[in-house]
Amino acid sequence: MTTPVLEVRNIRKTFPGVVANDAVDFTLMKGEIHCLLGENGAGKSTLMNIVFGLYQPDNGTIEVDGEEVSFENSRDAIAAGIGMVHQHFQLIPVFTVAENVILGSETTKGKLLDLDAARSIILDLGKRYGLHVDPDAKVGDLSVGEQQRVELIKALYREADILILDEPTAVLTPGEVDDFFEVVQSLVQQGKSIIFITHKLREVLAVADKITVMRSGTVVGTAEPSTSTQQSLANLMVGHDVTLQVDKTPAEPGETALVVSHLQVSDTRGLPAVAGIDLEVRAGEIFGIAGVQGNGQRELVEALAGMHKIDGGRVQMLGVDVTSMSPRQISELGVAHIPEDREKHGVVGEYPIYDNLVLNRYFKAPFVKRGVRQMGAIRAEAERLIQMFDVRTPSMDTLTSSLSGGNRQKTIIARELSQDPKLMLVAQPTRGLDVGSIQFIHEQIIALRDSGVAVLLVSAELDEIMSLSDRVGVMYQGKMVGVVEAAGATRETLGILMAGGTIDEARTDGSEHRGSSR
Amino acid sequence: MSSAADSVNAGRSVSQKRVSRPGQSSTKHYYFGAALVLLGLVLLIFVAPNLIDETRAFRLNKPPDPVQFEFKPPTFVGLAGAFYILVGFLTVLRDRLGSWTRFAAIAGVAFMPLLILAMALGRSDLSGTNVVNLLVSSLFLATPIALGSMTGLWSERVGIINIGIEGTMLGAAGIAYMTYALVGDGAERWALWLSVLVAILVGGLFALLLAVLSIRFGINQIIAGVVINLLALGLTGFLRSQVIVKSGVGTGVATPSFGIPLLSKIPVIGDQLFVGQPINFAMYLVVFLTWLVMFKTPWGLRVRACGEDPHAAETVGINVIRTRYMSVVLGGFIAGLAGAWFSLESSARFEDNMTNAAGFIALAAMIFGKWTPWGAFAGALLFGYADALQTRLQFLKVDIAGFEIPSEFWQMLPFAITILVVAGLVGRATPPAAEGKPFQASQ
Amino acid sequence: MTNGAAPNGAAPNGAAPNGAASKKITRAFSLQPILVPFYALILAVLVGGVLIAIVGVNPFTAYGYLLKGMFGSPDRIAGSIARSVPFIGSALALAVAFRAGLFNIGAEGQLLLGGVSAAWVGTWAWMADMPAIIAIPIVILAGMLGGGIWGAIPGLLRAKTGAHEVITTIMLNSIGLFGVRWLVSSQKPVVLRDIESTAPRTRPIAEGARLPTFLDSSQPNLHLGLVLLVLAAIAMALLLDRTSFGFEVNTVGLNPGAAKYAGISVNKTIVLVMALSGAMAGLAAASEVSGTSGTFQPGTFAGMGFDGIAIALLARAKPIPIIFSAIMWGSMLSGAPLMQQEADVSIDVVRIIQALVLLLVAADAIVRYIFRVKVETGNEFAASSTVEAS
Repeated sequence: MTTPVLEVRNIRKTFPGVVANDAVDFTLMKGEIHCLLGENGAGKSTLMNIVFGLYQPDNGTIEVDGEEVSFENSRDAIAAGIGMVHQHFQLIPVFTVAENVILGSETTKGKLLDLDAARSIILDLGKRYGLHVDPDAKVGDLSVGEQQRVELIKALYREADILILDEPTAVLTPGEVDDFFEVVQSLVQQGKSIIFITHKLREVLAVADKITVMRSGTVVGTAEPSTSTQQSLANLMVGHDVTLQVDKTPAEPGETALVVSHLQVSDTRGLPAVAGIDLEVRAGEIFGIAGVQGNGQRELVEALAGMHKIDGGRVQMLGVDVTSMSPRQISELGVAHIPEDREKHGVVGEYPIYDNLVLNRYFKAPFVKRGVRQMGAIRAEAERLIQMFDVRTPSMDTLTSSLSGGNRQKTIIARELSQDPKLMLVAQPTRGLDVGSIQFIHEQIIALRDSGVAVLLVSAELDEIMSLSDRVGVMYQGKMVGVVEAAGATRETLGILMAGGTIDEARTDGSEHRGSSR
Repeated sequence: MSSAADSVNAGRSVSQKRVSRPGQSSTKHYYFGAALVLLGLVLLIFVAPNLIDETRAFRLNKPPDPVQFEFKPPTFVGLAGAFYILVGFLTVLRDRLGSWTRFAAIAGVAFMPLLILAMALGRSDLSGTNVVNLLVSSLFLATPIALGSMTGLWSERVGIINIGIEGTMLGAAGIAYMTYALVGDGAERWALWLSVLVAILVGGLFALLLAVLSIRFGINQIIAGVVINLLALGLTGFLRSQVIVKSGVGTGVATPSFGIPLLSKIPVIGDQLFVGQPINFAMYLVVFLTWLVMFKTPWGLRVRACGEDPHAAETVGINVIRTRYMSVVLGGFIAGLAGAWFSLESSARFEDNMTNAAGFIALAAMIFGKWTPWGAFAGALLFGYADALQTRLQFLKVDIAGFEIPSEFWQMLPFAITILVVAGLVGRATPPAAEGKPFQASQ
Repeated sequence: MTNGAAPNGAAPNGAAPNGAASKKITRAFSLQPILVPFYALILAVLVGGVLIAIVGVNPFTAYGYLLKGMFGSPDRIAGSIARSVPFIGSALALAVAFRAGLFNIGAEGQLLLGGVSAAWVGTWAWMADMPAIIAIPIVILAGMLGGGIWGAIPGLLRAKTGAHEVITTIMLNSIGLFGVRWLVSSQKPVVLRDIESTAPRTRPIAEGARLPTFLDSSQPNLHLGLVLLVLAAIAMALLLDRTSFGFEVNTVGLNPGAAKYAGISVNKTIVLVMALSGAMAGLAAASEVSGTSGTFQPGTFAGMGFDGIAIALLARAKPIPIIFSAIMWGSMLSGAPLMQQEADVSIDVVRIIQALVLLLVAADAIVRYIFRVKVETGNEFAASSTVEAS
C-alpha cells in the first residue's frame, strides 16, 4: 500500500487562451482509491487526459512505477499499464462488445481477426471481476450500466494496473452506484490502483482512500476521508464558504396549471420512452422529477414543450388542451422552457447575444414589422435583459458561444422569463455550471415559484431535486413510479424508486434494502 | 457483490432493450409482399397475353447449334406472375411461416433480370438471345462502377465523404493514356502496363489531395470532392489538347484478352465467362480483398472504427489521422485502376469527360449496397446490367405500342433506385457515423 | 468546433450585417474578406502560367490574349458579362440553401428542369399572341417553378425521410439530365424536340417571350437577364439578412435544434429554402433560354451547377459578392477561346485556374500561410478551448 505507482509533478497545460493545468502534483499509491475532486472545469479531466497520453503537457513530468515516462499518445499510456474509462463512453455502437474490447490491440490468428479468442478472454475477465456482458451483443443495444462494464473490460483486457474512472457514477442509480463501488473494491483487492474523478462529495467520502482537490487548474489541497466532511470538501473545492442548503418558504399552491394524463412518447429510434404518465403541477409549486438519465425525462419535457410527437394521452396547460400543439403555440400560451441541452436547443452559439435573447419573440412586434426585423427594438430589449439578469458579457454583440456556461444559461433564463410565463418547464438547469451560477439559478427558480408560477423541474442531481421541489415524482423506464412530498422524502426512498422499486418498498424496507446491497 | 441487487440491475437492462426491440421490426414486409402480389397480377393479366406466342430461347453460347432453353413468352411470364403472387403471400405471412420466406423473396428479386429479358423477347422478332454473353457484358460494364464503389467504401468507412471518385477516375484515365501516348508510342506491351501502373498512382495522388484537404485542412469534404472533379476535368482537357492530340497517338491498343487456365476450358460457357481483360478480372479480386481486409483484419476494424467514432479510436491508441490517410489513398489506387479501365481497357483512347458520371454511379452503388463491399458489388452489377440490357434491347428491336424503350430510361434507373434506397423506401441505409466530420487529434 | 458545414465561417459572418453601426464601418473598410480570394487568384494564375510555359507558350502572351478576350473591347466586356449572368443564379442556388445548412449540389439538375420548363411554356401555341409584358413573366416564372420543384424534392426527402440532400441532389442531377435529354431528343414519340433541327433541342419560344436585349453585337448578347439576376441577388441578400424569414433560415442552418425549440418549423424551412434555391437556378436557366438562345439545349448548362458551387464559395455564400465572383468566373470562360485561337493554349487552362482558386479559397490556410494573412477572428480557437474546459 505504500509504493507510489504514478507520480505527476509540476504539470502545466495551456490551450489557446486558457490555462487548464498549472503546477499540478499528484501521487497515486499502489492499491489505493484516490479521488480527484473538483468543480466542472477545474482541470481534472485535462490532467487525466495528460496521464492517459491524449494531451501532451507543456511541462512537468510523469513517473510510472518510479520510471519517468513520456506519452506520445494513448497507446504509450496503455502500454505503461494505464487504462481510462471516459465520462462519455468511448464505444462504437455498431460494433459488438468483443470488437469494441479488442479494438486497437486485436487478437489475431495469422493476419486475420480472432474473435473467438476475444470472446473467451472477455468471459474470463467477466468472471474474475464480476463484469458480466455478452461479447456478441451490439454495444448500441446495451444499457448504460452494461456499456460501463464494457469500458472496464476494455481497460482490464489491456492489462491496466492503474484505472482512471472519469465521473463514472453520473449515469447510475443510487443502487447501481453501490454495486459499482463493489466492483471498484474488488479491482483494488486484485492489485489495481484507481483514480476516481468526481464532483460528488458524498461519493468521495464513501470510497476514497485519499482525496486530492482541484480548483481552476491547480491542486488546492489533499484530504483524508476520515477527517473530512462534505462541508469542508465543498469549501476547499469552491474556494470560499458555500451554503449547501437552499432557503425557501413553504409553497402556497394555487390553481392547477399542468395536467398530464396517460402520456405516451417514443424516442428518436421509435422505441417507447414515456409509457403512460400522469401528473399535475399547480401554480406556485415546484414539481421535481427525479430519475436516472435516460428513463424518459428528456422525452417527457420535449413532448410537453411541443418538440416531440405525442403518441397517446393528453396534455392540458393553463386550461388549454395542448396535446397536438406546436412549440410556438405552447410558448404563446405563456409556457417557458429551459431546455436540457443548452448547446443543442437553448442557444445558437454563432449568434450574437441579442439574437438569442429574442429567439422566442423575434417574429412579433416590436421586433419585426411587415417581415423586416427591427434591430433597434431588438437591441433595446437585449440591453434591458442583460441588465436585469446580470449577464456578464463585454457587449451584446459578443457571440453567445464565447460566453461561459453560466452566462449562457442566464441568457436562456432571461429570454424565457421575458414573456412573464405562468408555467415553466425546467430541465437540468444547473448541469455543468459553477457553484455561483447554480445558486443564482436556484434563487431564480424559487422566486418564480413564490410569484405564483408553476414549475416542472427535471434534474438528474438528486440534491437539486430534493432542495428545490415541493413535491417529487420519480421516473423509471418511462413511468412515474411514485410521487412523494419533498419534505418527507429521503435519499434512500427516492433511490429505491429510481431503481424501479415501489412506494411501499421504499417506505417500509428502504433502509434494509440498502443494507442488503452492501 | 450482492447478487440480489445485481440481478435487479441485469433484469432492468435486459428488459429495457428486449421489450423495445419488436417495435423496430416494422410492417414493411406487408407492403413488400403486397407489391409482389400486385406485380404478379400485372404480369399474369396484362403482360403475358400481350406477348408473342412463339418459341423463344435463352442461349448459353453462340449459334450455330447453341445450348439453349426454349420457352413461349406468354407461358413463361404467366408462370413468373404466378410465382410472384406466391412469393408475395409468403412474404406477407412471414411472421407465421418463419424467416425462410425471406429466401423466396430474394429469389423473386434475383429472378427479375431474366424476367425482363423474357418479356423483351416476347416483344421482339428475334428467336433468342445469348444470356451468358449478356452476363459477361454486364460484369464488364460493372467494372468501373464496382471499383469506384470500393474507392467510396475505403474513403467513407474511414470517415471521409468522397464525391471526387468521378474526378479521380477521370484524372487517372487521362494521365494514364497520356503516359501511354508519350512512352509507348503505340503498341509496346510494357508501355501499356506502365500506363496502368501510372493510372493507379495518379488515382492515389488525387485521393491524397482529397485527404490533405479534408484531413489536414479540415475543409468541407463535399467541397474537396467538387474541387477534385473540377480539377480533373480541367487538367485532363488541357493535357488532351496540349499533349495527347499533339503526340499523334489518338488511339492505342487495349489491354489484351486472356483465358483463365482450366476455367476457360469449361464447355459452353468457359470461353465466354473466363476469357476476358485483366482489369475486369482484377475487379473481382479487389472486391474480395476489400471485404477481407475491411471486415476480417485488425486494420480493417480500425478503419471502420475511425469512420464511426474517431475519438473512441484515438483513446485505444489508434492513429486516426494516419489510418484515414492510408485508407483514402488506398481507395484512390482502386479508382485509378478504374480510370485505366476507361482509357486502356474498354477503349484505347482518351476523350474529354469520358468517365461520364460513372463515379457518381459508383457512389450510388455504394449507397445501394448500404456501405458494404458485397452490397456495393451487387449494386454495381445491377447498374452494369441496366447498361448492358439497354444495348441488348436496341439490338432486339423491342417495341411497346410502336415505341422503343428510350435508352435514357435505363440510364436513369440506377439513380432513381438509389434515391429510393436513401429515402428508406427500400431498406434503410445508414452511413458511417463520423462521416464528413473533421477530426483533430488531441494534443 | 466540429461544425464543418461552414468553411471560413461563412454562415456566421452572414448573420452579422444587422450588427452595431461601429461594426458595420470596420467591416466596410476591411479588405480581409477580399484578400484571400484575391491572393488565391494570383496563386492559381501563377500555377496556370507554369503549365502554359511547360507546353511551350509564353504565359504572358497567353494571358494577354485571355485578358483581351475578356475585356478587350466594349463588345467583349458585354459578352463576358452576358456569359456570367446565369452563374449568378447557379451560385445563388448553392448560397441560399447553404444558409439553412443544406448543401444543394443539385443546381445542375435544377437548371435543366428550369430551362426545359421555360422553353416548354414558351412554345405553347397561345403564347405567340401574348404581349411581352405578359409572356416574359410567364416564361420566367415557369423556369423558376421548374427549378423550384426539382429543388423542393430533395428538400422534401430530407424533411420527411432524412435522406441526405447531397446524395439525393447528385442522383437528381443525373435523373434530370437523362429525363430532359429524352424530352428534347426523342424522335419516336416527339415530345419537345424541334424536328426541323438536327441538334436535339426544343422549338424556339414565342417572340414575345424573348427577353429584350441591350446589345446584340456581343457574343452572347447582353439581355435583361442581367437585371433579373442582379435583382434576385439583392432580393436574396435582403431576405436572408433583414427579414424574420431570413432569421429563421439562418437559425435552422446554425442550430436546427434551437430552431425547433424556438418554434420554427425546421422541415418547412428546409423545403422552402430548397425550393427557393432551385428557383434561383431555374431563374438563371429561364433567363438563358429566353434571353440568349430562344430554345433549350441541355448542353448549354453542363457544368454550370458545379461552377455555381465554386462561385458561391468564392463569395462566401453571400448574395451580393456572388454577382462579382460570377462575373469573374464567366469572363474567364468568355475570354478563353481567344487565347486558344491566338496562343494555341487550351481553354481548359482556365478550368484549371478556376479549380485551383476554389481549392485555395476552401483551404485558405494555404493562402494565409504563403501571404501571411491573419485569421479574421479567433473564434475557431476560442471554440475549441471552451470545448476543452467543459
